[in-house]
Amino acid sequence: MSLTETTYWVVGASFALYVVIAIRSRASTTQEFYVAGKGIHPIANGMATAADWMSAASFISMAGLIGLSYNGYGGSVFLMGWTGGYVLLAMLIAPYLRKYGKFTVPEFIGDRYYSNTARIVAVLCLIICSVTYVIGQMKGIGVAFSRFLETDYETGLLSGMVIVFFYAVLGGMKGITYTQIAQFCVLIFAYTVPAIFISLQLTGQPIPQLGLGGTLADGSYLLHKLDHILLDLGFQEYTTALRGSTLNMAAFTASLMIGTAGLPHVIIRFFTVPTVRAARTSAGWALVFIAILYTTAPAVAAMARLNIIQILEPEAGQALLIEERPTWFKNWERTGLLEIDDKNGDGRIQYHADPERNELVKLDNDILVLANPEIANLPNWVIALVAAGGLAAALSTAAGLLLAISSAISHDLLKRTLMPQITERQELMASRIAMSLAVLGAGYLGLNPPGFAAGTVALAFGLAAASLFPALFLGIFSQRVTREGAILGMLSGISVTLIYVFQHKGIMFIPGTSFLGNLSPNWFFGIEPNAFGVVGAMVNFTVTLIVTRFTPAPPEEVRVLVERVRVPIS
Amino acid sequence: MGTPVSQQTRDLYWRENRRLMLILGFFWFVVSLGCGVLWVEPLNRIQMGGFKLGFWFAQQGAIYGFILLTFIYALAMARLEKRLGLEEPDA
Repeated sequence: MSLTETTYWVVGASFALYVVIAIRSRASTTQEFYVAGKGIHPIANGMATAADWMSAASFISMAGLIGLSYNGYGGSVFLMGWTGGYVLLAMLIAPYLRKYGKFTVPEFIGDRYYSNTARIVAVLCLIICSVTYVIGQMKGIGVAFSRFLETDYETGLLSGMVIVFFYAVLGGMKGITYTQIAQFCVLIFAYTVPAIFISLQLTGQPIPQLGLGGTLADGSYLLHKLDHILLDLGFQEYTTALRGSTLNMAAFTASLMIGTAGLPHVIIRFFTVPTVRAARTSAGWALVFIAILYTTAPAVAAMARLNIIQILEPEAGQALLIEERPTWFKNWERTGLLEIDDKNGDGRIQYHADPERNELVKLDNDILVLANPEIANLPNWVIALVAAGGLAAALSTAAGLLLAISSAISHDLLKRTLMPQITERQELMASRIAMSLAVLGAGYLGLNPPGFAAGTVALAFGLAAASLFPALFLGIFSQRVTREGAILGMLSGISVTLIYVFQHKGIMFIPGTSFLGNLSPNWFFGIEPNAFGVVGAMVNFTVTLIVTRFTPAPPEEVRVLVERVRVPIS
Repeated sequence: MGTPVSQQTRDLYWRENRRLMLILGFFWFVVSLGCGVLWVEPLNRIQMGGFKLGFWFAQQGAIYGFILLTFIYALAMARLEKRLGLEEPDA
């Protein structure tokens, strides 16, 4: 069986599984549609949260970001940032919102800040964060299809949309939860199997997390060797290369952490468990399942980088002959992810940090994960599995985001604000329609991505950190914070962050409209735009607290509400 | 759901909860932004197997620390709720 045929079978089987699950878990009430009837076991919810959380970016791009773009140590910001947020979520947010016991994040903000304006501002912030995020997932689905199944991008995207449409519209949160559990199993298996093989080949150690600190065949430490080779090639040392400055790394990490704890599609997953206690343990389980991938990724990053360098320089000081390059190399050149340019005409591929001398002119981040099984000579079914895993990661995150968007529209905008008289049946219908529109909208943006589609996933975190997290945190931990404070805080936090990003990267990311230019000398204390969420959050906190001092205290029922969400019973 | 909880118990529960958060939050900072970013250079002078210690914290240790902290919090809160009679019935 050819590789393409195998891939069709593996991906087809995984899709069939999701459809069967969807049919068996149809939602029949709004409670089931929004929060899966609050009956999900904490371990099962942990798994679903992990799949919800780990997107195409985590699965396909993260190892490459760490190993290539951020040259090793600098990439730690993603590892710490995208896991550390769960500690904040478990302690500061999830248990209290679960106790609050309703359906959406804007709903809590609207009730706590006794204001429909606050509710609508929260809906706006939610939509801005989630839409920037969902475009990336739709693109991931289209790209994964076109690379592995040799369909065109549009066909791939449409197939993905049909599948999401089927289980998300039919099953709501209930259907999404059970498919996400299946998707987690597919994606984690697909990620770890190639990692185990490559670790065994390089270090003889089957556990990649240990292999990263292990020794190579020649007895030297893997990381030690990688440091030396990279220094020789003119790069910085792998284990110490900073991303910008120490302050920039700290800000970047903190932005991703705070953003994680403020992203609505993750928070609502904790509404599906039966108790407050379960919400806390569920966050721990989610972190365990996420950590399986997140502690493997840095091993994949270092090992695949070393592998590629060694293939390009089979003997010391002797670069690879272009004619002798392996088949996988030629295959990936066709996709445009790899590109060579024999600048000095010696028929060999020189890899070097200096762009004048470097002849591997294109080495895409995604190569590290996508081509890993081929580089390591693994059988076809493993390669097919990576395709199914990437699709599972993108589909599960897209579904979670679409649910967050559609419930904000059908529940917060319609039921709670515009048309409070609609019945439960009508609301359920409205939520299905909103979900269908969200799927179509996301598909449209995936087919006609606006100029700003690339590189906006990290921005979603900055925006969530600057807008929703402070409003939620203060809403729980303070009884005094007023609606005026929260509304102005959210608006100023999200505006400051957007303005900072736009002035460096262009208004709506249109090149040429950036009035300061994306130049590091213009960065505020050397903080890059993607790391600015933590500053936005501080602005939000400051504005909220100052405005609160000058506005009348909230009414008595808010005090009662806050008292109620803090304690698990009564 | 209907059982009233005295204000005193509520306040005690919330005080204990905040104390626990401060302690765990401190360690959260130490394992990630501390050992992984701010103090990474001195820690990198310590070699642990094939890892420089600071690098290990940034790419492995912080994550293991987070898992530990989250479960410690969940267990400690469950015990506190039991002690104060604030346990939820299993649904």
